[in-house]
Amino acid sequence: MWNYSEKVMEHFLKPRNVGELEGANAIGETGSLSCGDALKLYLKVDENERIIDASFMTFGCASAVASSSALTEIIKGMTLDDAAKITNDDIADYLGGLPKEKMHCSVMGQAALKKAIANFRGIQILEKPGDMVCECFDVTDLEIIDAVKNNGLENTEDVTNYLKAGGGCGKCLDRIEEIVHKTMASMETSSAAD
Amino acid sequence: MIYTDNNATTRVADEVIEEMLPYLGQFYGNPSSMYGFADMVNKKVQQARTQVADLINADPGEIIFTACGTESDNAAVNAAISAFPQKKHIITTAVEHPAIRNLCFHLQKNKGYKVTFVPVDKKGRLDLDTLYKAMSDDTAVISVMWANNETGVIFPIAEIAQKAKEKGIWFHTDAVQAAGKIPIDVKAAGVDMLSLSGHKIHAPKGIGVLYIKKGIKFSPFLIGGHQEKGRRGGTENTASIIALGKACELAKAHLPLMDTQVRAIRDYLETRLLEAIPATSVNGDTENRLPNTLSIGFDAVEGESILMLMNQAGICASSGSACTSGSLDPSHVLMAMQVPFKSAHGTIRFSLSHYNTKAEMDTIVQTLIPAIDKLRQISPFWKDGKVV
Repeated sequence: MWNYSEKVMEHFLKPRNVGELEGANAIGETGSLSCGDALKLYLKVDENERIIDASFMTFGCASAVASSSALTEIIKGMTLDDAAKITNDDIADYLGGLPKEKMHCSVMGQAALKKAIANFRGIQILEKPGDMVCECFDVTDLEIIDAVKNNGLENTEDVTNYLKAGGGCGKCLDRIEEIVHKTMASMETSSAAD
Repeated sequence: MIYTDNNATTRVADEVIEEMLPYLGQFYGNPSSMYGFADMVNKKVQQARTQVADLINADPGEIIFTACGTESDNAAVNAAISAFPQKKHIITTAVEHPAIRNLCFHLQKNKGYKVTFVPVDKKGRLDLDTLYKAMSDDTAVISVMWANNETGVIFPIAEIAQKAKEKGIWFHTDAVQAAGKIPIDVKAAGVDMLSLSGHKIHAPKGIGVLYIKKGIKFSPFLIGGHQEKGRRGGTENTASIIALGKACELAKAHLPLMDTQVRAIRDYLETRLLEAIPATSVNGDTENRLPNTLSIGFDAVEGESILMLMNQAGICASSGSACTSGSLDPSHVLMAMQVPFKSAHGTIRFSLSHYNTKAEMDTIVQTLIPAIDKLRQISPFWKDGKVV
């Protein structure tokens, strides 16, 4: 059984800000039925670009529900510029931490928020840069490199925990392993140069 | 607590604990030693061997005690590939337990074996045509589970064993889930090797059985002392062997109960859930299914969340979505059956024993109605009473 914090359980059993939001003027969606988790985030943003209300609908495990609930609590009252700085670690920290296998739940929160902000600002999120690695979960090599560099990931398992990449059919696991090795090697080289 | 996860493990029967305790305590002799204090333990071990043999209609000499079902499975496949070192092909199914599945992946990846994973249809039934066509002179062994752990679907073991025999291919079956739930007769079925596990039939964890048909040239998996006639080294786990003997005796006596009482309670749970909760479906061939197993999918909600809400009410069951096990895709069994994602992720497995009651099933239903409703209220894939 997962070692969920009390706060995760509390937000799962009594999630805040659930349901469609009337008057929402920004929506961000991520995940799908096939992925096993999905989040639809609703924001109501005022003329000063301040989030005056937020709500969510989530399909997923206990930590996915808790992460969504936490996200809405964190961003309510924030300006869009401040909200844009929220990371998945902020969501996990708010919940007193998440099991590492469940970090992708917080990543999903961050992704939905990014999309909602782009939606409000009328920015079309263009096709992701980089090469597609995991087709099941729509993850590119650049995203994996980024995650390895910024989250101290060391192997394919870590990548799957964070980005879900490789957690579906598993065909891309060898490719992920290769990317992780290359990225870690390049990090070592650059730190040695420092 | 309501325990409905008996395909995962079972409560050790009181009678079994009573039978084994003296052999954990005062009767600690090594059955191989040459004095009466040890021989009395040896006699109890041999009695247990007979009790195990009786459950599956084997001869006591065909029973080898192992540490678990996984060891039995590994030993069986290992014995076959050792007996036929020139043969490099294995046939198994797409829905085996990891004890066979991952062993086959290992042999494929590291030992140069070609493995045929026989697919199943949407009801979890084996594609026998593919299985029979895959048999060749290069096939070292066929391993097919007697019944599936997730759906309870029962495979036509006697028929497959017969075809294997005609081709001279060894046939092994993992009967870990079938034992104690449906009658097993190794002679009538004509299998060469069969695996059992103690803790699935109300004996303790850490004891398993490998049945090896007389005449099969067996290469030991654990090489050591002369125990088990040199077929499995290691001092006997006497207390657990004696416990398993008792558990097999009880399992045989309880078989009619499984077919009547347990089946009726399982069917009751199934019917009530299908009636009470919309967009719910049963996975697997309900015509050919273990009497204690129910795999049921609730659309648009996720299994771990359901388990967590049931846990709040003290109900123990399993989910078919692997979110509970760390990986993110639904179980390989549900995927092989092409169960749609909308219900695969929300699949729960209930597996009952004769300790369960009808009243417990009512509690499960009363707990699940609001739990599923609550999760659907927050699901982006559920609107106005249906999946969107």
